[in-house]
Amino acid sequence: MAGRTLYDKLWDAHLVQQRDDGTALIYIDRQLLHEVTSPQAFEGLRLANRKPWRLDSNIATPDHNVPTTLKERSIGIEGIEDDTSRIQVMTLDSNCTDFNIEQFGINDERQGIVHVVGPEQGATLPGMTVVCGDSHTATHGAFGALAHGIGTSEVEHVLATQCLIQRKMKNLKIQVDGELGEGVTAKDIILAIIGDIGTAGGTGYAMEFAGSAIEALSMEGRMTICNMAIEAGARVGLVGVDQTTIDYVAKRPFAPLEDVWEQAVMRWQELVSDTDAEFDKVVHLDAAKIEPQVSWGTSPEMVVGITGAVPAPSDITDATKRRGVERALEYMGLSGGQKITDIQLDRVFIGSCTNSRIEDLRAAAEVVKGCRVSPSLKQAMVVPGSGLVKRMAEREGLDVVFKQAGFEWREPGCSMCLAMNADKLGAGEHCASTSNRNFEGRQGYGGRTHLVSPAMAAAAAIEGHFVDIRTWSPSRTQESA
Amino acid sequence: MDKFVRKQGLVAPLDRSNVDTDLIIPKQFLKSIKRTGFGPNLFDELRYLDEGFPGQDCTNRPLNPEFVLNQARYQGASILLTRENFGCGSSREHAPWALEDFGFRVIIAPSFADIFFNNAFKNGLLLITLDDATVERLMTDVEQTPGYRLDVDLVGQCIHTPDGETIEFDVDAFRKYCLENGLDDIGLTLQQADAIRTFEARYKADNPWLFRS
Repeated sequence: MAGRTLYDKLWDAHLVQQRDDGTALIYIDRQLLHEVTSPQAFEGLRLANRKPWRLDSNIATPDHNVPTTLKERSIGIEGIEDDTSRIQVMTLDSNCTDFNIEQFGINDERQGIVHVVGPEQGATLPGMTVVCGDSHTATHGAFGALAHGIGTSEVEHVLATQCLIQRKMKNLKIQVDGELGEGVTAKDIILAIIGDIGTAGGTGYAMEFAGSAIEALSMEGRMTICNMAIEAGARVGLVGVDQTTIDYVAKRPFAPLEDVWEQAVMRWQELVSDTDAEFDKVVHLDAAKIEPQVSWGTSPEMVVGITGAVPAPSDITDATKRRGVERALEYMGLSGGQKITDIQLDRVFIGSCTNSRIEDLRAAAEVVKGCRVSPSLKQAMVVPGSGLVKRMAEREGLDVVFKQAGFEWREPGCSMCLAMNADKLGAGEHCASTSNRNFEGRQGYGGRTHLVSPAMAAAAAIEGHFVDIRTWSPSRTQESA
Repeated sequence: MDKFVRKQGLVAPLDRSNVDTDLIIPKQFLKSIKRTGFGPNLFDELRYLDEGFPGQDCTNRPLNPEFVLNQARYQGASILLTRENFGCGSSREHAPWALEDFGFRVIIAPSFADIFFNNAFKNGLLLITLDDATVERLMTDVEQTPGYRLDVDLVGQCIHTPDGETIEFDVDAFRKYCLENGLDDIGLTLQQADAIRTFEARYKADNPWLFRS
């Protein structure tokens, strides 16, 4: 018998009941809740007079539409100026109180983007099933956990039953071997993968990332990669457990206590695909060939290396695809053949569940140290992923580096990634963004998003347009320690 | 959830691939704490010429005459015909809520994004996957034939076209059962409460660190 993939192992370990019709009941260990996709689920529980099955499995935090200015945040929920946002955050707050669910409230230092908070707290552990009413839940797969986004009906289903009705996915392995070039990051790997297989390339698959380039990544880098599995159509992204995983988890608030730590670690070490496991599909990438990536269009698959150019529709033979490119270019205000480094920017956003962890902020700070944000920009902002990330960055002096360079240093939340709060692009504005989606209107009505790594966004902020981080040599006006 | 057995309806074509959930229902409307009322903001950025805000009366907003759902011949459509990877992007269930609230009950495409696919069925929408060639042919027929209607029979798993053709489709047996009976699957799962408890007790003994109480 062939060995099992990591996904097979996780599936088997949580299988409550396999049914004849191909569906199965899968047990859920952790549910993360936020204010946008949970109110109707709690309302459903109330209407049906149901209670949560297991309270200690749920953790909540508001993130999508919390303001990020200190002015609004310092007052707490009452300080949220937008009425509908305030009602939604208040609703999460009262639902957590009513149902007795642990919440890191708006001004708790542990508050932040759910996908930053879960791992940071050790609330995401190897071997778990993790769900959240948010498609970027795939992030948690970086820990060898089976994690995926769900809709509100399923949020309610998990609250009420601790289970989900699932159908087993197929196994896809993305093998990335070799060494990344200087200045090339996890974000560039995942953008290159999406550019390669397309936004539907992973549909129906659990996508495991493997190979020496993945093994060499920190947990932050692995989270960035798994986070965007959904942008390639895969609900689930996975990385096998190794010492990097275990070291990251150790001593976090929700991690196993000393008496069971060794037992847990022994179990976690099995959370890798067997060497003879069979995948339904395997895709190979050579890490050494990956350039820093920049998206030019309105879908994450519309991406190209920094030395490249915007594609010309006349080169595309498939009619539907050509129309898609034409529409994207029109929306983005770009023309075929235009060099990526010629795209002029209006704003720069460093943040989101993809790239707002401490390592991301360090990488960006390293780039901007001693430089000034280009006067051609309207705004450059840094939004830490959580209160704890913010505190750590401030201890390291990163906030000072950013502020001296002319960046705004904000309070934690999803912010301009999806612009549900006041942080948004104006119509026609180009933004270098470390987020995950460049859909039309995503960062603001008529806004034009270019997805990049934190280092690339930081360098673009200094120059006012994209530059190749590998060859860029800024003139630093001041030396910071 | 309303039962779905058979639906005859006017077809509207959305000739575009990778329609994402941000396009189906932009984020500003996700601030609602209700499940209903999203219909007027379905495809908001395509449908109107101005920027939409939550809670606004949409009846006097400037319509984009180019957008297919604003054209007179497609008023009252309940079947949406579109291209590959429909519903990609976020997990927001507001997307199927908006489609349903607008009046759609059936969506036909060569492929759908996974999370959207799941969410749609839980809200009484029937999603039908047909091959590229068939979608292409239907797209042409719909555009060339004003008043083009399809008759979708879930029980028989087939679509009847106006010129007498029958197109068969696959549907997951469990989803079909839930749609036909208008069932809430939480109730169905809770019928298995004993099996869940038995699993949980064994699982807890094996993984004590995953339980804090």
